Amino acid sequence: MDSVLWSVGGWTHDRNNVYELFMGSIAMKAILIMVLQRLSLGFLTLFVVSVIIFSAVELLPGDLAQEILGQSATPETVAAFRAELGLDKPAVQRYGQWLFNVASGDFGHSLANGRAISELLASRVGNTLFLAAYAAIIAVPLSLILGILTALYRNSWFDRSVNVLTLSSISFPEFFIAYILILAFAVKIPLFPSLANIYPDTPLGDMLYRAALPVMTLVMVVVAHMMRMTRAAIINVLASPYVEMARLKGLSPFRVIVKHALPNALAPIINVIALNLAYLVVGVVVVEVVFVYPGLGQLLVDSVSKRDVTVVQAVSLIFAATFILLNLVADVLAIVTNPRLLNPR
Amino acid sequence: MDKNNKNFQTSKAKSMMGRRAFVATTLAAGASLGLASERSSQVQRDDPKKGGTLRVGFTQGALSDSTDPASFNNDFMFAYAYGVFNGLTEIAPSGELVPELAERWQASPDARIWTFQLRRGIQFHNGKDFVAADVVATINHHRHINSTSSAKPLVADIVRVTALDSHTVVMELGSGNADFPFIFSQYNLVIHPALGDSIDVTSMNGTGPYEAKIFDPGVRAVYQRNPNYWKPDRAHLDTVEIILVADPAARLSALITGAVDLIDRPDLKTLHLLKRHPSIRVEQTVGNKHYTLPMLSDIAPFTNNDVRMALKHAIDRKEMVEKILKGCGVVGNDHPIGPTVPFFNSDLPQRSYDPDKARFYLNRAGLKTLDVKLHMADVSWGNDSVKAGVLFSESSAKAGINLQVLREPNDGYWSNVWMKKAFCGSYSGGRPTADWAFTTTYARGVSWNESHWDHSRFNQLLVAARSELDQALRGEMYYEMQGLVRDEGSTIIPMFGNYVLAMNKHVRHTEKIASNWDLDGQRFMERWWLDA
Repeated sequence: MDSVLWSVGGWTHDRNNVYELFMGSIAMKAILIMVLQRLSLGFLTLFVVSVIIFSAVELLPGDLAQEILGQSATPETVAAFRAELGLDKPAVQRYGQWLFNVASGDFGHSLANGRAISELLASRVGNTLFLAAYAAIIAVPLSLILGILTALYRNSWFDRSVNVLTLSSISFPEFFIAYILILAFAVKIPLFPSLANIYPDTPLGDMLYRAALPVMTLVMVVVAHMMRMTRAAIINVLASPYVEMARLKGLSPFRVIVKHALPNALAPIINVIALNLAYLVVGVVVVEVVFVYPGLGQLLVDSVSKRDVTVVQAVSLIFAATFILLNLVADVLAIVTNPRLLNPR
Repeated sequence: MDKNNKNFQTSKAKSMMGRRAFVATTLAAGASLGLASERSSQVQRDDPKKGGTLRVGFTQGALSDSTDPASFNNDFMFAYAYGVFNGLTEIAPSGELVPELAERWQASPDARIWTFQLRRGIQFHNGKDFVAADVVATINHHRHINSTSSAKPLVADIVRVTALDSHTVVMELGSGNADFPFIFSQYNLVIHPALGDSIDVTSMNGTGPYEAKIFDPGVRAVYQRNPNYWKPDRAHLDTVEIILVADPAARLSALITGAVDLIDRPDLKTLHLLKRHPSIRVEQTVGNKHYTLPMLSDIAPFTNNDVRMALKHAIDRKEMVEKILKGCGVVGNDHPIGPTVPFFNSDLPQRSYDPDKARFYLNRAGLKTLDVKLHMADVSWGNDSVKAGVLFSESSAKAGINLQVLREPNDGYWSNVWMKKAFCGSYSGGRPTADWAFTTTYARGVSWNESHWDHSRFNQLLVAARSELDQALRGEMYYEMQGLVRDEGSTIIPMFGNYVLAMNKHVRHTEKIASNWDLDGQRFMERWWLDA
């Protein structure tokens, strides 16, 4: 009974090194196999995503020629447009051609302005990842700390006020939070710029300064979810017998939570963190628009409205891959941090 | 954005303005342009200062924008066209047509063969001399058989373009058109350097006042003054930076926090608050942009002019200007000629909301009530389109008309709803001449005749006015035509919208600014300056 408790609750204690290495290598192999399986499934998912996205764009009313020409879409110019870009060919053939090119590593050119997709994406992928990373570096530690503290002092005034604050900020629409922040920190107290216009030649210091308000907005939007999950998962584990055991041993509440409860609560927390990281990459178009931040979301919206299917596909694949990879990382981490999953019986 | 495409299209190029009429046009334009910049008198009359960086927040512009002049369709590209390039002709702030890269031109007696003398000693940014071959190549880029240019209809009537010598171009038209030089003031037709038979659509090499240093579609553009610019009294600013800020609140906060000096299209709902700001100036220009409700005149019940007249009297124009345009506009009189266009008929009585008259016309049509469906999308008039439809529905209910507003999707609106549904919303950026406006949208059978209107007297007058030399007679014809469109046409034109701009106090411009497009005809880059 005792050894079981230890191996589950305090995995660093009382471990035989040889045993650990042996079990570790088996586990590593299992994880490796899982990663490979998941990656190949991931490719299948990407394929399915590309089919769905392509069909969805096809189903939208109007095509690229009509959207670009708008009201000046005379039958003659529309026909010339379609012929020039091969839009007059059947959809299956166009999809096949696209798939063939992508399989050989060529994402092609934007149909609307002929620029290479790689060129179009390069700076924007960087910008989106920068914003997501910047927000994550602040939001993830902040929500973990708040989650632990609220679990520690649960039902206190501190717990309640943190909950009220984070739940309020997640309940407001993003653009509303963004406007409030602009009003407060750009117009009334001119601390930060209201336009987060960063360009490839902007130095890092400037980038951090200019992106301050969008990052604040994003942090306020994502903290609640992660904080609440941390708090709930820890409180859940606190009810288990081994925590009671630890408490009976006379450990401090903080030590009980951080050393004993948190490791067993990590799996759901990691999953929620992964979900929020993915959101920071794929779901911030509103924030991009309000702060005029040149990221991928704006590119996707623009391309969908122009039916620029090659760009839509490229961006969608990046978004899908983000989800797949982050979920994979979350699952691997959940296994690695949980001995019960690491050593399945 | 797409909707702007409409603004520069004529379905037939053969008809800009009356023969040899630009002189007269100029005079008329000068007279009527007193209205043009109602608030610009606030601008001190001072001499342009050199230097400085003007930062502008723009609404329109997309990642899909391309440097191919065939594809220009939003403000970001219009500013690019006039900033980096020149046309053969230019519309001056007074509204008159003045020479630009063409020094002078003359027509054959039947206005079918046009000879343009080009300015000598002008160079592109890369040092290449500007010659006749560049003009030929530019025009051919838009008129060749596989052209996808939205300006194709403008040049469709050109049969042959030849370079007579290095600085003379001869153009032969299918039929006479005395207003032909007007089309070369269009932003699509700015002159690009020749590359073989055509032009290099990726090149940003022009003869214009600014060179594009950074051109990042959908994000921004940075222009630097062309040190060798050939116009001596233009291009005052060292640098112009145009940043795309599509969100109205973001545009406003950028102006207030000083991130930009000038924004276009400020949010009309908060304009009264913005005007109170001590360092911000709001300016309005009465333009030709007008909102229309075309009824397909070949589909019942709109075949009956009494039904059309009933609807024209059932719309409350004043209320629409107040509630939809927030007062930034003027009421329309059911014809497309704006108050700043030459030959505007100021004698026509203004039509106003009159449910009793509407009912009278219904009775004359033999109807007790009328059920119609109005198709509107956000793109038809802007974001308040559907609200405008609901207002119309409320006001027409008092005349016994049951008007149902149907919201249509923005996607494909101009292909699937406009000119397909019997009654819908649309708008036009307006044209600089009466003939151009009428020929684009109201002449028999043209591809933009959005109401399928076919009026034999009107069509007769249109052709006659085009070749009339007597300006008084010509004016009479245009007066009559405005009346015909107003009383027998199949389009309700309830209002004209102003161009609205907001800027900080350092931004300066001449007293009169052009009203053919927003931002001084989108030539603000070469015409405006900063006082500090």
